[in-house]
Amino acid sequence: MSAPTAPARTRPIPEPTPETAHFWEGTRTGELRIQRCSDCASAYFPPRPFCPACSSRNVEVEAASGRATLYSYVIHHREVPGFTSPYAIAVVELEEGPRMMTNIVECEQTPEALVLDMALEVTFEQVNDEISVPLFRPAEASQSRPASTEAVR
Amino acid sequence: MKQKSVAVVGAAETTEMGKIPNLSQLGLHADGALNAMADAGLTAADIDGIACAGESPVNLAQYMGIVPTWVDGTSVGGCSFMLHVRHAAAAINEGLATTILITHGESGRSRVGVGGYGMARASQNGQFEMPYGPMGPPTMFTIPWLRYAKTYGATAEDLANVAVIQREWAALNPRASYRDPLTVDDVLGSRMIAWPFTKLLCCLVTDGGGALILTSADRAKDFPQKPVYVLGTGESVETQMVSQMEDFTTSRAFRVSGKKAFDEAGITHDDVDHLMIYDAFAHLPIYGLEDLGFVGKGEAPAFIRERNTAIGGKLPLNTNGGGLSYMHSGMYGMYAMQESVRQLRGIAPAQVEGAEISIAHGVGGMFAASGTIIFSNVAP
Repeated sequence: MSAPTAPARTRPIPEPTPETAHFWEGTRTGELRIQRCSDCASAYFPPRPFCPACSSRNVEVEAASGRATLYSYVIHHREVPGFTSPYAIAVVELEEGPRMMTNIVECEQTPEALVLDMALEVTFEQVNDEISVPLFRPAEASQSRPASTEAVR
Repeated sequence: MKQKSVAVVGAAETTEMGKIPNLSQLGLHADGALNAMADAGLTAADIDGIACAGESPVNLAQYMGIVPTWVDGTSVGGCSFMLHVRHAAAAINEGLATTILITHGESGRSRVGVGGYGMARASQNGQFEMPYGPMGPPTMFTIPWLRYAKTYGATAEDLANVAVIQREWAALNPRASYRDPLTVDDVLGSRMIAWPFTKLLCCLVTDGGGALILTSADRAKDFPQKPVYVLGTGESVETQMVSQMEDFTTSRAFRVSGKKAFDEAGITHDDVDHLMIYDAFAHLPIYGLEDLGFVGKGEAPAFIRERNTAIGGKLPLNTNGGGLSYMHSGMYGMYAMQESVRQLRGIAPAQVEGAEISIAHGVGGMFAASGTIIFSNVAP
């Protein structure tokens, strides 16, 4: 590139491993994938090729609904490359049960707007050709657009 | 396990505390170790077991001139030193070593001779937490609190009370970094770090270190200092990713470690005279009081508000001022145990009169790990 200025810093970019590749393949195509045990039916996240509840290797990948609720968070006030502070670092509880860390977008980053247990839905932010990260937004923000059809930018 | 057969016979912190730019991380380990050896009347030739975290025990052995027959490099965060005490007790009982040195040193503020931080991008944290912008413990350790607050109706004032009362203890400690009185308004009005956590709800970042020397209770009587016996110990781990804690209102690692220690010691909560709960952030004593079973779920904020943990209260807590006011180099567990030992030797700056049983309860990572040590100055 001949641009005189460095490109803007992005959020830290995850590096998939063989055990997590299916998750990042999913986010790249706009699908949030979790895993479920074929023996004990537990749903789980983060990805691994066995069930953390019963140790079975008999597990499957499935698409999550993308619906979630806000479980807990902080609003970070310091500067971090790739982020505009203040911004919430949140943990959401997926409809299927597992929890994951994420950011809440399309929403004011204030205690008043970020209410525990509020309904959320997944959306995806493309970081590069390989990686899109799952983020969440208030469910009512786009009732006419199911999360599963959200195009990757 | 035969916990009651082991005692602390040497205990000391680094000569200086707070800002120590003239010593590297390894140098801080050595300074604390030399002070502890002097305290016990020993030299390196007398030490046959070593444990440390944050530094390689191989480096420590070579630097100090120690030839160990037992080594433990368990490194699970700030409570690693509690786990070292537990493992050392087992090793001494098993005859793997007779005289074990446990060291901590950390140039947390001056960053002299310190390795880099950072999570590999392919690690679980690198893939599933770091992309969302956490920047160290203030933005991760704190995430569970809002869920606790909603569940039990707790408030930011409840957090502030922890900091205010610990500052009262710190005022009695000449080595404490911060000693000026604080109000709840001071705490909540300080700079916002990660809402709802302000700067004064977060620990200090300082330099320091310390060391302990353990041997069998039989030998302990022959040492110059009053022995401090190990009555019971516990340890556990839960998750390196705070987002994957089972329940954000309670730490499983705290509960497992605490119960194990109480069961081994064979004591009740009423027997405990003095308590140290690792306070990297102000919510940790709240979780600790509940998860160790001193109060019921959701009851710790009121217990603290009613000054039960303050000067003159029935359960003196974090009497050195804690990580919030005394010091916090990054891995604080060693300092919690040093204060337990001082209290049971009767030499603490804020001495609890007649203290016979003290508990030092530690956390590692962001609710990732835990270690609990129950000490007594009464020979078992």
